[in-house]
Formats: sequence, structure tokens, C-alpha cells
Amino acid sequence: MGAQQRIYRRRIKTVQSTKKITKAMELIASSRIVKAQQRVEAALPYTRELARAISAAATHTAGGHPLTDIKQRQRERASVLIITADRGLAGGYSSTAIKEGEQLTSLLHDNGMAVAPFLVGRKAVAYYRFRGREAAGSWTGFSDQPTYHHAKEIAAALLESFLMRTEDGGSDEIHIVYTHFESMVTQVPTVRRILPLEIVETTAAEAAAAGQGPFPLYEFEPSGEAVLDSLLPKYVENLVFTALLLSAASEHASRRRAMKAATDNAEELIKTLSRQANQARQAEITQEISEIVGGADALSASA
Amino acid sequence: MGELNVSLVAVDRKIWSGTASMVVAKTLDGEIGILPQHEPVLALLADSPVRITTSDGTVISVAVHGGFFSVDSDHVSILAESAELGGEIDVERARLALERAKAAGDESPDELAAIMRAETRLKVALADQHSAHASDTSGGHRVGG
Repeated sequence: MGAQQRIYRRRIKTVQSTKKITKAMELIASSRIVKAQQRVEAALPYTRELARAISAAATHTAGGHPLTDIKQRQRERASVLIITADRGLAGGYSSTAIKEGEQLTSLLHDNGMAVAPFLVGRKAVAYYRFRGREAAGSWTGFSDQPTYHHAKEIAAALLESFLMRTEDGGSDEIHIVYTHFESMVTQVPTVRRILPLEIVETTAAEAAAAGQGPFPLYEFEPSGEAVLDSLLPKYVENLVFTALLLSAASEHASRRRAMKAATDNAEELIKTLSRQANQARQAEITQEISEIVGGADALSASA
Repeated sequence: MGELNVSLVAVDRKIWSGTASMVVAKTLDGEIGILPQHEPVLALLADSPVRITTSDGTVISVAVHGGFFSVDSDHVSILAESAELGGEIDVERARLALERAKAAGDESPDELAAIMRAETRLKVALADQHSAHASDTSGGHRVGG
């Protein structure tokens, strides 16, 4: 076999083994998307009930709560939670989330606020470390399968920074940057302010239009304030948890898409390479024939 | 008398839903029993078992951790950070967990909470075992323990 052919064969083999890997990753990712989607859906009933209970408690409780007060004080510092992946090979998933975070950061800077970044996922941590920036908090190792426990930990850190006074390094606003899972093909990087929570006052007509009647006159135990006190942190935890779940689903979807593209490319490459290899083989055969014919001609001429 | 529509929801899954004739839970102020046509209530739950008497008379015990519940026109929603049905808990392991928690226990709030949690789980598991003995002589899943 000619040297040319050998090179082609070797390259085909390499591409084939790459293709096997990307194909496997694609399949794994697609099975995990389904699971991640199911987890998002399984978490919905809780979210719905909790939101309802909070609305009810807030409606019947006079006066503000520290978590809902749009603080009277100057807005000086904001915390931004950025959710990315732990591992790469997920297309633009992590970098779009980071980019969205950067945009938010510069927007906040323009409004004269300092930004304390909280990071989820090794990709975000690496991005910040490479640029020598300090993170206020970081969590890694669970981006593809977050549990409520993780969300609780993150929410606790965010709440702590929110409830601290600004002079002591606390934050006046908390934003969260995650990737919203709309469908298998669309995932949108999304910014959401989670604190202070916004309480929207609606009139009876508006509420009826949104499909909820007025809330019944609940009896609160132990008291309306105490119920709200314990529900609001749960609500924040739930927001973080939902964001983590949606991001995980998005991560799998991005990875599947990226790996599908890689597999397709590998197939294309294999096709071109085998054409070239065949061409090289043909050329070699043609050359051998002409050498033989030439040799035979020379012999018969000399005879 | 009407029925209660009960849904028991944990953060990451729906655990149980169905109709019931009575729900007994322990709030921070004490035990509260909910019968049909109870006035609307929104209450925080203590770490304790919740007992649901279903329409056909069986009693379901659930270990509820970090939860609250709301009652409104015969809809009862029990929400919990985590919750386990009695049948899902292994009695022996629950007992061991309680012993461990007690052994580790100095008086920090975290560890007291851990003891409370372990106690709740054990209570629920035992209650479930009892009801399995009483109501179900033929099958008797979890007999022995």
C-alpha cells in the first residue's frame, strides 16, 4: 500500500473513533434531557402551591417584609448568581450564560453598583479564575444533576448576603443568570431578579382575569408574619432550584446538539476522506498498470 | 359530609394525592385535625408525622420535614422540603439513624433537628407497620421488621 493511502486510512480511523465517542455522548445527553425535563415538571406542583400560599400570606399580612422591601437605602451592591456547566463539549451553553452575566454586570456597573459574583459550575469558576477575579461564592460538581440540597445551600448564601447591611458588605439586589429551557431546540439565557421579591398589587378584576379568585381569609398559624417569614426563604430556595433544574435541562440539550453536529461533521469527514483514499488507490493501480505495460513494451521492443 | 382533596407535594415530586376524610398534622402551635368544611388555614408544620385518613378508612402516615400546609374549601395541600410515606421507610435503618443522631448529639440546633427528623421517621415507619398488621392480615407487607 502506498504511503498516501496509508495516511488516509489512518485519518479515517481516527475520525471514526472520535465519531463513536461523540455519538455516545449524544445518546447519553438525549436520555438525560428527558429525565431533566421530568424533574422540572415534577417540581412544578410545589412551585405553584408555594407561590399561591405566599400570595395569600402577603395579601393578608400588613406591612413589609425585609425580603420584599425595595430597600429604602442606596442601591450600592448587587449579587449575581451565574449558572453554568461543569464540563465542556456543550456547545455555547456555558459561554452564553457567562456572556449574559457579563452584560448584566456591566449594566449594573453603569448604574453605579458594585457586583459580587456567585458562581455555579466549573466553567464559570475557571472563567473568573483565569481573569483573576474574585468570586463571592462558588459551587461545582452538580450542574447536570442538581438536588434541592444544593439549591438550599446556594439560597442560604444569597440570603445571607442580602440580609447583611450594605456597609458590612451585603447586597441590595440579587440577580440570577440561568439558561431557560424552552424546548429541545431553544434554550434562552435569562436574567431574573430574585431579591427583593416584587409583590404585585392586583385588583379583583385583574386577578379574576388571570384565573385566580380572591384568596380566602386564611387563619394563619402561628401568625401571618411568621408564615411569611418562613415561606419567603423557601420561595427563594425554590427559585434557585427551578433555575438549576432548567439550566441542567438546557445543558443536556446543548450538549446533545453540539454532539450531534460533531457526529455529523465526522461522518462528512469520513466520506471525503474515503473518496480521497479511493482516488489514491485508483491512481496507484493506474500507475502500476502503466508501469507493467511500459515494462512489457520495453521488453518486447528489445527482444 | 364532603371529602377532602389532599395533595402531598415535596419539592421534587408529588408524593400522594387523593380524597380523605380527615387529616391530622402537628403545627408549631400543636396538633390540628382537619375535617371537611374546615375554615381556610395556612400553617407551618413541625417536624412530625402527618396522618391522612383516606376515604376508605386506611391511615397513611407521612414523615414531613420542613413543611407547611394550606386548607381552602376542602382542598388540603401539604408542602414539604422532603417527605416520605411510612411504607418507604425501613424501620431498622430509621432506628439506627435515630441512635446515631442521639449519640452524636450535643445541644446544637442542627443536631437537635437531626434527632427530631430521625424520631419522626421512626414514628411514621412504626405507625405504618401497625396499620399494616391491623388492616391487612392476608398480605402483611412489612410484617416482622
